[in-house]
Formats: sequence, structure tokens, C-alpha cells
Amino acid sequence: MKAFTQHRGLVGPMDRANIDTDMIIPKQFLKSIKRSGFGPNLFDELRYLDHGEPGQDCTDRPLNPDFTLNEPRYRGASILLAQKNFGCGSSREHAPWALEDYGFNVVIAPSYADIFYNNCFKNGVLPVILSEAEVDILFLELEGAEGYELDVNLVNQTVTSDSGEVFSFALDQFRKQCLLQGLDEIGLTLIQAEKIRQYEVEREKAHPWVYGAIK
Amino acid sequence: MVARTLYDKLWDSHLVNENDDGSSLLYIDRHVLHEVTSPQAFEGLRIAGRAPWRLDTNIATPDHNISTERSERVAGVAGIPDEISRIQVQTLDDNCDHFGIKEFKMNEMGQGIVHVMGPELGATMPGMTVVCGDSHTATHGALACLAHGIGTSEVEHVLATQCLVSTKMKNMRVNVEGTVGLGVTPKDVVLAIIGKIGTAGGSGHAIEFSGSVFRDMSIEGRMTVCNMAIEAGARVGMVAVDEKTISYCKGREFIPKGDLWLQAVSYWQTLVSDDDAFFDIEVELHADDIIPQVTWGTSPEMVAPVTALVPRPEDQVNKELRKGVERALDYMGLEGGTPIASISVDRVFIGSCTNSRIEDMREAAHVAKGRQVAGSIKQVLIVPGSQMVKAQAEAEGLDKIFIAAGMEWREPGCSMCLAMNADKLGDGEHCASTSNRNFEGRQGKGGRTHLMSPAMAAAAAVAGHIVDVRLFLSESSSTGVEL
Ligand code: SF4
Repeated sequence: MKAFTQHRGLVGPMDRANIDTDMIIPKQFLKSIKRSGFGPNLFDELRYLDHGEPGQDCTDRPLNPDFTLNEPRYRGASILLAQKNFGCGSSREHAPWALEDYGFNVVIAPSYADIFYNNCFKNGVLPVILSEAEVDILFLELEGAEGYELDVNLVNQTVTSDSGEVFSFALDQFRKQCLLQGLDEIGLTLIQAEKIRQYEVEREKAHPWVYGAIK
Repeated sequence: MVARTLYDKLWDSHLVNENDDGSSLLYIDRHVLHEVTSPQAFEGLRIAGRAPWRLDTNIATPDHNISTERSERVAGVAGIPDEISRIQVQTLDDNCDHFGIKEFKMNEMGQGIVHVMGPELGATMPGMTVVCGDSHTATHGALACLAHGIGTSEVEHVLATQCLVSTKMKNMRVNVEGTVGLGVTPKDVVLAIIGKIGTAGGSGHAIEFSGSVFRDMSIEGRMTVCNMAIEAGARVGMVAVDEKTISYCKGREFIPKGDLWLQAVSYWQTLVSDDDAFFDIEVELHADDIIPQVTWGTSPEMVAPVTALVPRPEDQVNKELRKGVERALDYMGLEGGTPIASISVDRVFIGSCTNSRIEDMREAAHVAKGRQVAGSIKQVLIVPGSQMVKAQAEAEGLDKIFIAAGMEWREPGCSMCLAMNADKLGDGEHCASTSNRNFEGRQGKGGRTHLMSPAMAAAAAVAGHIVDVRLFLSESSSTGVEL
């Protein structure tokens, strides 16, 4: 996995709550058996005026002018600013894959759906949690300033604006370390293989019916 | 000993290790796979040169992306018209064959929607940890399992290590006492709960559903409720073990027999929350307050009793709510103040892992029997959740009732629940649907979903608009038939 320590980038806003994974990447794109290439279809139904299908060349599709991220001033945004309960809905990891492939390295919102939040860390996307009031401040600042950028620092767990304001965010240390070092979580778990085997031996004694039925 | 909740017990019994950083390594007993969220995980295994940790914990089936048309299904995987879909289903078959994972292939007895298949085969049992790359995995919690959805990286992680790196959730209890009235189904109960706590109300929590309403409910009904825990923000929903749980499990394909069965049952009986166990959040509802529910908006929390009016933006207490209601009504093409029971419907979908089990089929057939689909309705899809449900329904003659009423009887799969296959809504069409998500575009771009119970959806098919199913039931109870 890609490591993440610090990121500075243009902020793109989506000022609504409950942005669900069907919006982030509509289901027709889940037919792919790959991990990459979802970026052009991020927010497909909101972003384009026509209906998108997998495998299509998106460069000439009609853009929806009312979709904020289509505005020229947000082109190249790499930090997504959104409202609460971001990423609710399905468990599809295609959602962070699409965000990452589009170029978003960071999402900032007051809260996330659990599965989406978890999935982000596996894909080098940092979901930052700030309070609703802090997010509102960022929305306000961004509205007034073209080319609005933020500095996101994972080591210090801070978001810093050019006006010098610093917002701190919390996250658990395991996720932080994995992201900082770009660690392979499976490899990490396999270091404990002996413990897993030991558990299985004891479990098989206590609950033998759990094993062996499916062949 | 400290009093523990059901969730605490399930968590403790699967703990492999508590890591220094506060995370834990949790052992996984059952891993259910399907075609959409597994290919990248298998690919990851291959690239890293890893093999599955053990095979007898995994079970797979295709469901999301397959056709439900008989004519297309008979041709097997080669008959899937869309090339990308065909490759995905074929990839699941190939991966399962290659790694030696037990799969119920598309047309085999046993195949079905993952969350219908697992319990009905006895592949999920009380006391297990169950995961699947699908957020509705909470369904299995109806059997007192610790079951939740995972992403594709975690699918790979479970395949490779039989464990998940997890952080313990908090405990939440939703207690519903009383007895539900005629025409009020498990779907109405769970929609009412979501209406009360909201789509993020259970975030970070494992929900245990308790109280007489769930004790009286069948296991299939409990599955409908646990299924939608995720729509209340909770990855986990569950109901404690009782006699119904045990008799449901008995005799199913993968359930232990003989001595092992007795051993298992005596353990399963301990899978209840201790009397004075602590819950971080407790929510109370009363059965008397729950009548048939319908969603009017684009989030499952935008739900109301069928007798209510569509809310008006101007009646909302704050700006954010007003904006949310406005946006939803705009998408749904509805005016605030419209009676919900007058909203016209274009299509009806009865199916999905929420409501496609045999009891759901019976519930819908009971309403459809001897009636006709309204002329204004374009299509009514009845999609059984599995091959076993389909066979059972046909043995009971339910398929004939549906067909006689002018409905389509399909092959098992996810179908119009997420519309990855050809079953979808047209732009602007309203659908009475027994599925679990009414998000924008969920059932087709521009499609407008109204979530409700199978009985309510069948009634809407007959009336041509959303209608209070209790009107139908009082009619039929004069002929001595009760739902
Ligand atoms: S029926 Fe719908 S919600 Fe259930 S597993 Fe299939 S797509 Fe997901």
C-alpha cells in the first residue's frame, strides 16, 4: 500500500450530508475485476448528464455544470470536503478506489460510515474527521477564496489553512502507523500466525462443530 | 464475573490477540464470497503468492450480477449477455475452482443471495463470526452470530489469515415491546426503528434487538430486521438465541448432527446478554406505535407511516433538514403534503436479501391471490432469494398465484435491489420495493424507490399506487384468511 505522511492540495467541496457509496461509484462499474481505472466514473451520475457504462471513454461525455467538482476552479482538487455520514451504504471498496484514482488523497468530513472509513486506510486515502463547526469554517473559507488549499499532516494529525488556522484530528494508532509506513496488513497479521494456529487448536476442542462441515 | 452482552460474548470468544495499539485480532469462522467484491482479493492473493489459510470456512455463490431471466439463466455463465458481467461471474467460478473453495454455482441448488444462502444451508450458525464483502452481512446476526460486512482488502485479509484486525464496537440495544397488529411485518418494525434513530444512529455500535416483538418474530423476520441494521449505521445487528433459533438450525445441510449437535446446542443456549449487561445506548419503541411504513425520500430514515403525508420542507426545524427534504423531494418528484397512500407506482420489486425468503413470498402471495396487477403498472418482479426458496415456493404453488395476478416469477439473485443486471427502473419511475436502500439511482438512474414490506408492495401492485395493506387484509379476513 502507498504510504501517506503529509499532503498539500486544492480543496474540492461537496456540501451535502449522507453521500453514499452508490453516488461515489454507481453499481454498473462494480462489474470490473480490477482495482484501478474507476476515477473517470467517480460520482458518475452527478458528474455527467448522460448515463455512464463501464469501458466507455469519458473524455467527451457531457458534464453536469451544476456539479461543483466540475467547476474549473476545483479542477485538480485532491482534498474532498464534505458533510456528515460520508460513504454510507455498501461495503464496496470501489468507493475509495475511485476517489484515489480521481486524485483525492484526503477526505475531510464531520463523520463517516464505518466500513467506508476503514476501507480508506487500506488504499492510501486519509479520511479526516473534524467537528461540524470546523468543517463549516472550511466551507466558508473555501467559498471566498479561489485556489483554496490545505495542508494535511498525518504525523502531527493536523489540517492547516493558509490563514494559519490549525485543526487537529484524532485517529487510532494502528491505522496511523499502517498508513504512515504503507504497511502490508496481511504480512503484519501473519507475524502472529502461531497465535492464530494456537487459537484454532483450542477452538476445535471447545467448539468442534465449527470446522469441517463445508467441503 | 462481569455481566456481558451477547456482542461481548461473541467478541471475547473470537479474540486471538489484543495488540498493543488498541486493535485486536479477531478470528473469523465463516467467510461468504460473491462475484463483485472478491476478484481483486483473489488477485491480491495470487500476486503475493499466498494461499487461503483454510478452506472449510469459506463458501461462495454468484448473486449480484447474474440475470434473473429464465431464458438467459438456462444457458449458464455463457448466457450472461453483458460481457463484463459474464467475466466477473466466470472469474468467481475460476477462483473458487483454483483455490478449492466451496461454491454454489449459478444454477445449482443452494445458490442464492449470499445472506439468504448462508443461513438456509446452515453454513452460518449461532456463535460464529461471519463476514462477507457486502454490507448486509448483519443479516446473519438473526442467528446470534457476530456478522458484518467488510471491504475487498479485508476479504483478502480473511482469506489469507482467517482473521480481521478489528476494534471493538460499543453496545446498543433496541427494545420493542408489545404485539404488532395485523399487516405489520418485520420490515415495518425495522423501518420504524431507522425512522427513529436515523441512518447514522447506530454508527460504531453493534445493535441487539430485544423485546417481545423479536421474541415473537420468526427467524426469517429477525433476518429482515438485522439485515437493515446497516441502514441505521450499525455494521452489526443481532438477536439472542432462543428455542426458535435452535429449531431453525436443526437439520440444515451444514449443521452438525448427533453428538456434535447436542454439544453445539448447549453452547448456543448461552448466547444471550446477561441480565445486568451494560449497553452504551438503549432505545425503546412500542409495537402499538408501529403501522405499515413507507419511505418517501432518498435515505432509509426518510420514512413515514403509510397513513402520513409527505413532509414539507418548510416544517423542518433547521436549515440542514430543510435542504435535505427539499433535495429528496426534488429527486423523488414529490410535493410536500401529498398523502403517501396516493403516490403512483410504475414498477414493483419483491426480492433482495431483506425480503426474499419463503415467508416473504407467502406474505406477498397472500395479498396477490385472486387479484390482478393494476393496468398502470409496467412490471412486477418477484425474485426469490435462492434456489431453495424458489423450489419451496413452487412446491406451494406461489409462483402460479403471482403469474395469475400478472406478475413475473424470476430466477434467484439480487436483481433490482441494486440493478447491476438488466432489472432496473427507468428515469423518473416510482418503485414499490422490498429492498433496503432508496438512495438516488440505486435501482436505476433517476429511479425513485419506496421501501416497504412484501405485503405492502404486493398491495401497491394491485392498487397501482401506494396503499395501506390493512385495507386488503380486513377484506380478506372476512373470508377467514389471516396474514
Ligand atoms: S440483495 Fe441487494 S443488498 Fe442484498 S446482497 Fe444483493 S445487492 Fe446487496
